[in-house]
Amino acid sequence: MESLSNKKKVLEQKPLNFAERMYLPAIVKGLGTTMSHFFKKSSTIKYPEQEREFSINWRGMHSLKRDEEGRERCTACGLCALSCPAEAITMIAAERKPEEKELYREEKYAAVYEINMLRCIFCGLCEEACPKEAIYLDGPIVPSDYLRKDFIYGKDKLVEAPLEVK
Amino acid sequence: MDINFVIEKFLLVTILFSISLVIAMYSTYAERKVAAFLQDRLGPDRAGPFGILQPLADGLKMFMKEEIIPSNASKWLFMVGPGLAMLCACIGTAVIPWGQDLTINGRAVPLQVTDINVGVLYLFGVVSLGVYGVMIGGWASNNKYSLLSAIRAASQNISYEVAMGLSIIALLLMTNTLSLKEIVAQQHGWHWNVLYQPLGFLIFMICSFAETNRAPFDLPECETELIGGYHTEYSSMKLGFYLFAEYINMFVSSAVMATLYFGGYNYPWMDTVAGLVSPNTAALIGTVVLFIKIFAFIFFFMWVRWTIPRFRYDQLMNLGWKGLIPLAIANIIITGIVIAVVNKF
Repeated sequence: MESLSNKKKVLEQKPLNFAERMYLPAIVKGLGTTMSHFFKKSSTIKYPEQEREFSINWRGMHSLKRDEEGRERCTACGLCALSCPAEAITMIAAERKPEEKELYREEKYAAVYEINMLRCIFCGLCEEACPKEAIYLDGPIVPSDYLRKDFIYGKDKLVEAPLEVK
Repeated sequence: MDINFVIEKFLLVTILFSISLVIAMYSTYAERKVAAFLQDRLGPDRAGPFGILQPLADGLKMFMKEEIIPSNASKWLFMVGPGLAMLCACIGTAVIPWGQDLTINGRAVPLQVTDINVGVLYLFGVVSLGVYGVMIGGWASNNKYSLLSAIRAASQNISYEVAMGLSIIALLLMTNTLSLKEIVAQQHGWHWNVLYQPLGFLIFMICSFAETNRAPFDLPECETELIGGYHTEYSSMKLGFYLFAEYINMFVSSAVMATLYFGGYNYPWMDTVAGLVSPNTAALIGTVVLFIKIFAFIFFFMWVRWTIPRFRYDQLMNLGWKGLIPLAIANIIITGIVIAVVNKF
């Protein structure tokens, strides 16, 4: 039948000639190929000491952002938790007291904010859902650990370091 | 019997044994490094500088692992298998001349455990015995994969031993002796047998690849079809013994090839060098040269392993019976005719 795509190639199967049946010329050629790789620079990146640069759209560990004045942006609206397809995010909201104005930007804030890194699939939907630009997946690779409970990251690990006083 | 003789032989055996083991140990490291370099990788580099302690770590791992003997295995033979493989691998070094005689306190100390006048025959016997380790291990495991592998190993070794023996006969026609010491002595300077027997050497080398079960003839232990073959059921240091025996075999067959065809401890301009230094130093330089040749062969073994894919079983048998054996016989005939003609005139 005629090929519609025109991509079909009929391969010829010829019996091997004498040189090919001897195997040796092909083996010598192969040995040459491997030897040329012997002197090539290896492409290994020695991971713990050396890190590969992440691409610009890399999604790693989450961080909870602060605004220009160093206040936490998160208002504990829960949209991130709702948008999360893996149910990795939970939080408990609290009301800001007047003396805490320097700490939280909105009148409501997340007293507890936990992400289970074993559930998280790093899809970035929380980032998209957030109306306050408070959460970004801009961190490094989540490090390994021994216990499951240690993978539930609280605010101590997630919130950005406070701004340096200038 | 002279007490000095006993001490000297005991020392030599101990040193040879430890050298074989250390070389086998570091062959595993070298194999991984060579494989890595040929594939643009780095290889093991975590244990010590450049990963130099990797073999020790591997050995420790082997010892610490749980040892499992399948309940339906033949327990006695299951234990004999790896031991036999190891034994046959180790005793091959006994007849290889490692250098010219040293003179210590006026005594000539040969660097060879024993110079039996049927050295080549002894080597062949040891090599043929080596397959029993594989066969017994594969049979005793009571596992179909292992049994298949044992059958393959047996048929492969028998087939290639024939071609190997025939290729050696052409060499023996020239040397007129079976003593390895004399064979090496005849290759003084650059009169290496490989220059007179290139075809014989090629056949011998291909057969050594098959005898040591190395790629491209590693059918007995092909991971993809036989999941490890005869050592599927082995764990812990018994598995370690099998792997170790393979590397010692590689070392021994490299030594045999260097001895029979590449002049052993001989090297070009050795007489000039011998005139410059003391006789003992000259002998030791010869030993170093021999080891350089052996390492070159070991490297070649690895280089081939990481280049060529495994032969199919029928291709293996075709190559052995229809390729190498007729070639070896032709080689004998040609060598015989040439020797007859040269002797006549």
